[in-house]
Amino acid sequence: MERKKITKGFWIKLVSVPVLMFFFAYAMVPLYNVLCDITGFNGKTGTVKTEKQYQVNEERLVSVSFFASTSPGFPVQFAPKESSMEVVPGKFYNTSYIAKNTTDEVIYGQAIPSVAPTDAALHFKKLECFCFVKQEFQPGEEVEMSLRFVVEPEMEEWIKDVSLSYNFYKLDS
Amino acid sequence: MSSTNTLDTNNHENHEDHHHAPPSGIGRWLFSTNHKDIGTMYLIFSLVMLFLGGGMAMLIRAELYYPGLQFLEPDLFNNMVTTHALIMVFGVVMPAAAGMANWMVPLQIGAPDMALPRMNNWSFWILPFAGAILLSTFFMEGGAPAFGWTFYAPLSTTFAPDSTDFFIFAVHLLGFSSIMGAINIIATVLNMKAPEMRLMDMPLFVWTWLITSFLLIGAMPVLAGAVTMMLTDRNFGTAFFDATGGGDPVMFQHIFWFFGHPEVYIMILPAFGIISHIIPTFARKPLFGYSSMVYATASIAFLSYIVWAHHMFLTGMPVAGELYFMYATMLIAVPTGVKVFNWVATMWKGSMTFETPMLWALSFVFLFTIGGFSGLMLGIAPADIQYHDTYFVVAHFHYVLVTGALWGIIAAVFYWLPKWTGKMYNEPLAKVHFWLALISVNVTFFPQHFLGLAGMPRRIPDYALQFADFNYISSIGSFAFGLSFILFTYIVVDCIRNGKPADARPWGSAKGLEWTLATPVAYHTFDEPPTRAEILAESQHS
Repeated sequence: MERKKITKGFWIKLVSVPVLMFFFAYAMVPLYNVLCDITGFNGKTGTVKTEKQYQVNEERLVSVSFFASTSPGFPVQFAPKESSMEVVPGKFYNTSYIAKNTTDEVIYGQAIPSVAPTDAALHFKKLECFCFVKQEFQPGEEVEMSLRFVVEPEMEEWIKDVSLSYNFYKLDS
Repeated sequence: MSSTNTLDTNNHENHEDHHHAPPSGIGRWLFSTNHKDIGTMYLIFSLVMLFLGGGMAMLIRAELYYPGLQFLEPDLFNNMVTTHALIMVFGVVMPAAAGMANWMVPLQIGAPDMALPRMNNWSFWILPFAGAILLSTFFMEGGAPAFGWTFYAPLSTTFAPDSTDFFIFAVHLLGFSSIMGAINIIATVLNMKAPEMRLMDMPLFVWTWLITSFLLIGAMPVLAGAVTMMLTDRNFGTAFFDATGGGDPVMFQHIFWFFGHPEVYIMILPAFGIISHIIPTFARKPLFGYSSMVYATASIAFLSYIVWAHHMFLTGMPVAGELYFMYATMLIAVPTGVKVFNWVATMWKGSMTFETPMLWALSFVFLFTIGGFSGLMLGIAPADIQYHDTYFVVAHFHYVLVTGALWGIIAAVFYWLPKWTGKMYNEPLAKVHFWLALISVNVTFFPQHFLGLAGMPRRIPDYALQFADFNYISSIGSFAFGLSFILFTYIVVDCIRNGKPADARPWGSAKGLEWTLATPVAYHTFDEPPTRAEILAESQHS
């Protein structure tokens, strides 16, 4: 018997595996975002388009705490207006964050939200949020940025406290 | 027992005309396409890197000998921790395993050489350059990488020194080298094996390396992708791992560990194959459960792709995610348990003798299992909250990588050294070396379990006073362990220079096509593939 020859097809198959896996690493980026949206993985919050009607149980109360932070090199003071609220799951609430540009330049920034515990992230939905778009701060300007959110009643009963935190990042323009 | 080999002598008479003797001088090594020469170069490279990486480990242990800062600035300590790991993983264990594959896979499947000999040369010669680029970062402004071998973003993107770009390039090269090596091994095994050899006749070292190669071509490109994203994040304004631009640093960990977990099996599977040859030889029994060994190896390889996030239990995963990754991790214990059971069952009622390779193989089974059990403990999500990033993790992966992967490689060196060199090493001295290494490695790493359980964090140059005693013991053990490799090198050099001639089958009961060849192995072998009868006579089947 003769030894097998290495065919062209075998070659193509063999080399295409590492090439495909290299692109798979890049494909993990959108896959990861989809996974985070579906599962609330990594504290990613969701959004709702309209003021949806939920089944409301007035008896149940959840405490929502608000936190704010800024990344290094972001020269805007940033804090929640209220540090916490008692909310009824299924009802929409308004609150706001206050930011003050302490410099004499125009600053651009983007806020990124995160919810803990992760199991709550899936059921924390925002109708309006200053984090949806990039923010522009005029020199010395103080702005109140609003947020309208709902905690869905589907959230597990064991979760009594939810933390929402925003981190502001500087954008160049 | 040691049947003389008509096959090989025949080859030589018939084919002398078209074979050249090895070229002389440096050209033999620089331009070599011979699998034996390239295998030798891989092994020598990995021994040199072992001393470099080991030297760094000695400095780390010297710093940790007493509490407080003595020898190393914290930054330099971080450089040492990072480069020690990178060198040991990419410069020692992987090249040594690749060197073994180069030497042994063609011999074990009756092939005349690797399928792609020129690419083989390239795979090897990339390595010294990649190693040099990695080490050159020590002499650059800002110092060598100091973010640990896992190079988590943003530590390795936003906050890393400029030398990180050289580190990225070195990782790219190392990846190219191992992907080409893996493609070569797959092509060799599937196309070059003796036509009469069926897949389920293949020796287990060939099987484990074939499966390792598939892990390599699947996992290494993902690492290349991760470092490429780092590169563009650092220099070209992308934001894969930067939340400012909509990226996510936690995603770095997912991509990294999607490579990182298969990587640990890339390092251990070849050792599994080696042990599956040594134990039957010295127990004088066929390997118990050959086919279950093949299937267990394949299942381990498959599972290794779907458990990565057990390295990240503390990143804030939903409970369902933690449960999935915990159970999937536990599942790996099943095929691994099958392998350990088979090794023990092979020894059951065997006529065992305890030559040096067997001593290494036996201690491998015992010590690797200890490392496996501490791995199970770490895989339990709630318990991992306590163990995460402590010395318990350090103890765990040194048990599986030093007394696992490295042990397998050393066992293989003693097992096949007579075949490679045609000479016998100094058996009493090799036994002294074994006991020195066995005792010192346990003195080094066993106390680190206790340190970790007591809460000592890893990668920190200083520690609280209550950790002083165990660190003191661990450091003393590590110095003895480091010295044992000087003895190891002496034994190997002494064997090559002064060893007594060895038989073609120095271990009377050894099976495998490599033992049918004359000793020392000729420069070219298996021009004519072995026959079905020869293959069956040398197979691992019971």
